[in-house]
Amino acid sequence: MRTTVKSVVSLAALGAALAACSPQAEPVAEGPPSRADLAPGLFDAGSVIWNLERTASVPPPDGFFDLDTAMIALSVPAVTADEAGDAVTAADDAEEEPPQDDAAVEAAESGEAPADEQEGRGPGLLSFANSDLAFTGDRVIVGGFHGFNVFDAANPDDPQHILSVVCPGGQGDVSVHGDLVFFSTEQNRGRLDCGNGGVDAASSPERFLGVRIFDISDLDAPRQVAAVQTCRGSHTHTFVPHPSDDRTAYIYVQGTSSVRPASELAGCSGGEPDENPETALYSIDVIEVPLDAPEQAAIVSRPRIFTDYATGEIAGLWAGGAMEDGAQTAASTVSCHDITVYPEMNLAGGACGGNGILLDISDPVNPRRISDLADPNMAYWHSATFSNDASKLLFTDEWGGGLGARCQADDPADWGADLIADIVDGELQLRGFFKIPGEQSAIENCVAHNGNIIPVPGRDIMVQGWYSGGLSIIDFTDSNNPFEIAFFDQGPLGPDALRVAGYWAAYWHNGRIWAPELVRGMDVFRLQASEHLTANEIAAAELIRFDEANTQTQLHITWPDEPVVALALLDQVARGGAMDAVVLGGVRDAVQGWSDGNADANAMAAALASVTDASSRPGLSSADAGRLSDLGAMLERVH
Amino acid sequence: MIRLAVPAALAACLSAAAALAADPPIFQPGAPGSPSRALSPEQSVGLAGSGYSTADVAFMQHMIVHHGQAVEMGALIAGRTDNRDIALMGDRIARSQASEIDMMQAWLVRRGRSTQMQHPVDEGQDRPPAPSGHAMAHHGSHQALSDVPLMPGMLSPAQMGALAASSGDGFDRLYLTGMIHHHQGAIDMVDRLLADPGNGEDPQLSEFLSSIIADQSAEIARMRGILAGVQIHDVRGGHP
Repeated sequence: MRTTVKSVVSLAALGAALAACSPQAEPVAEGPPSRADLAPGLFDAGSVIWNLERTASVPPPDGFFDLDTAMIALSVPAVTADEAGDAVTAADDAEEEPPQDDAAVEAAESGEAPADEQEGRGPGLLSFANSDLAFTGDRVIVGGFHGFNVFDAANPDDPQHILSVVCPGGQGDVSVHGDLVFFSTEQNRGRLDCGNGGVDAASSPERFLGVRIFDISDLDAPRQVAAVQTCRGSHTHTFVPHPSDDRTAYIYVQGTSSVRPASELAGCSGGEPDENPETALYSIDVIEVPLDAPEQAAIVSRPRIFTDYATGEIAGLWAGGAMEDGAQTAASTVSCHDITVYPEMNLAGGACGGNGILLDISDPVNPRRISDLADPNMAYWHSATFSNDASKLLFTDEWGGGLGARCQADDPADWGADLIADIVDGELQLRGFFKIPGEQSAIENCVAHNGNIIPVPGRDIMVQGWYSGGLSIIDFTDSNNPFEIAFFDQGPLGPDALRVAGYWAAYWHNGRIWAPELVRGMDVFRLQASEHLTANEIAAAELIRFDEANTQTQLHITWPDEPVVALALLDQVARGGAMDAVVLGGVRDAVQGWSDGNADANAMAAALASVTDASSRPGLSSADAGRLSDLGAMLERVH
Repeated sequence: MIRLAVPAALAACLSAAAALAADPPIFQPGAPGSPSRALSPEQSVGLAGSGYSTADVAFMQHMIVHHGQAVEMGALIAGRTDNRDIALMGDRIARSQASEIDMMQAWLVRRGRSTQMQHPVDEGQDRPPAPSGHAMAHHGSHQALSDVPLMPGMLSPAQMGALAASSGDGFDRLYLTGMIHHHQGAIDMVDRLLADPGNGEDPQLSEFLSSIIADQSAEIARMRGILAGVQIHDVRGGHP
């Protein structure tokens, strides 16, 4: 059966057709609708949408999709497994291989001979999965396990695919600066030349684990210009601008794999720091990139960000003391899964396995930990997002690694969730948790995953992906009480068995939400006004534009002095009842006059006085006080 | 497999298109400094092929048994301790490892491999014949429990018996030290697998290996903290 190639072409086209004509679910007026029992389907799954509009569905490009691979079941019922296993044992490991034989033949034909002892060559689960995004100019870059794809999104509701680059070997975390694309590789099969089949030798310079740099200035001839090897590969990385030199950048490399031997890469060794002070564990790698000569990119430091600065102990986060029994031999292979830098605040949030940490990155080559947090509900600290004013840091917990169905009714609401911490005088302090309702089924992989801030002034709002749990938007202005204000969810890929799918992430960028789907391509959404978010608030968010955005490089948002920003703040003050309705109406009329181009000086002066008066009233929430303060300052400037 | 109805004319049109070069282009870069080469969509898909080794299969078969013990240890928590940190962690470990067992079984079944461990791990020492079931199979019998674990990084039947017979602080200590030892065993198994080239190249397996190292070392760190008496206060909603 040789269906692979046709499947790629026809399904991609069919997906576009289906997406174009499939009806959108009607928004529900009251309360969030249920997301239980959505019908399965590849490009036609049942869906439910609340306070959002899906404006585009971009199918996976040709060469980056295979139907059989997409439909691989992650688990089988235990009884079936036992029976199947026994049957195979009885047949003495018969040579029959599952459908990937076809691909093995193709691989052999294309000169990719299977290695010794290797069997059953073919795409496996995740082989074509999409991962993270990066934005530059009109371009959206979608990373993935098979390489990356570039789209021209000059019309954000109709992105055009303009380039594919194949380079297997990891989840393909991606960043961009101008025409340079930075790309993470971590798997043993990774090769320096972007080839497939791995490397036979135990140690070889042909194996590649680390961060690649591609130049895509010529879309007809993209080139790999640098490949910086690291001891533990690169699970994720983070683009860090130089504080003053715009021709230099840094890449923080988060490697989570085993340490490879020094015979393959000089300077690599593992073990605990008390036995091996040079261990590649307990650190991140910092690569310096001369942007005009990226081929010279190299590691410049491996900061010990878990150090106890008082004692100098490298493994400083766990004051272990003497361990009992088998415990003393335990190696805590400690690393960060991901780091979000916030250069304008000189801060970074690290999601580092067993801890969330806060770093001072004033000197980006030598980041220094200033606070850390642990919590018994957190299985695996996975990613971090600051509020715009850096008074809060939201961490995700990737309980189950993204492959597990962790949003079912009996899964604890604090596990695999968002954890929100306040930053008080440089110290992380635990506040609330958020998790989407436990309405996902046992065949939908689901856990908190990547996202970023939606730039609504006066509120802390975040959008994020939850894999097959869809995407969700929350308000965490009150860090103790985050709540959901919009979502989209669709059914599983197929019936009966868990198949890995869903949104790796959902990111706001230049007025749209961009959501890479592991299997189905990428979806684009717009916000819709609701009781939780007014048209003014949405319009204020849509004012914010960035020429370039890397999703783990947080950008500070400054709202322009525009009437709609003032109206958005007024909507929020009205929502909370923090101002007398009649007085507020007067302020709104003055701002509306400004918006209509008929600003009345006396009315604006009166509005400013009203806002100043309201902001001095006792009993205001800190959020409303901030809104009134910002509004007053704006009226002062434009008055 | 899902079957989608495609109109015949559309299908023919798409099949014809498949014969052409990719538009927009698909490139496979070379090593730094080398040129890229253009690929057809078929060649691109072919490049996703990754095999698995006999050692990968044995790893999965062994890890199913190894994970099974963590699930058994989790089942012992109820009624033996009031320590909330341990109850939370044990419950989470048991749930996680149970679903990973399902995943490992499916990985093996898909490749036409047995889900059963074929023979004990050869660590250069004599081992008793593998019991037919789990290490706890002998619990409750009058037979002396073996001091020899089924494989490195597992608790011996005698240790499992001692854990089952303990409670309170004694249980907490045995559970934590046992699970740290157990988790370290899993990390060692990953390290041994990856020490040989050609292993762990399948993307799903590679992700799983990374997650074992990441999750279990994070859990080891937390269990070390609990053992050392580090209190993680639940201050949610409260004030410092």
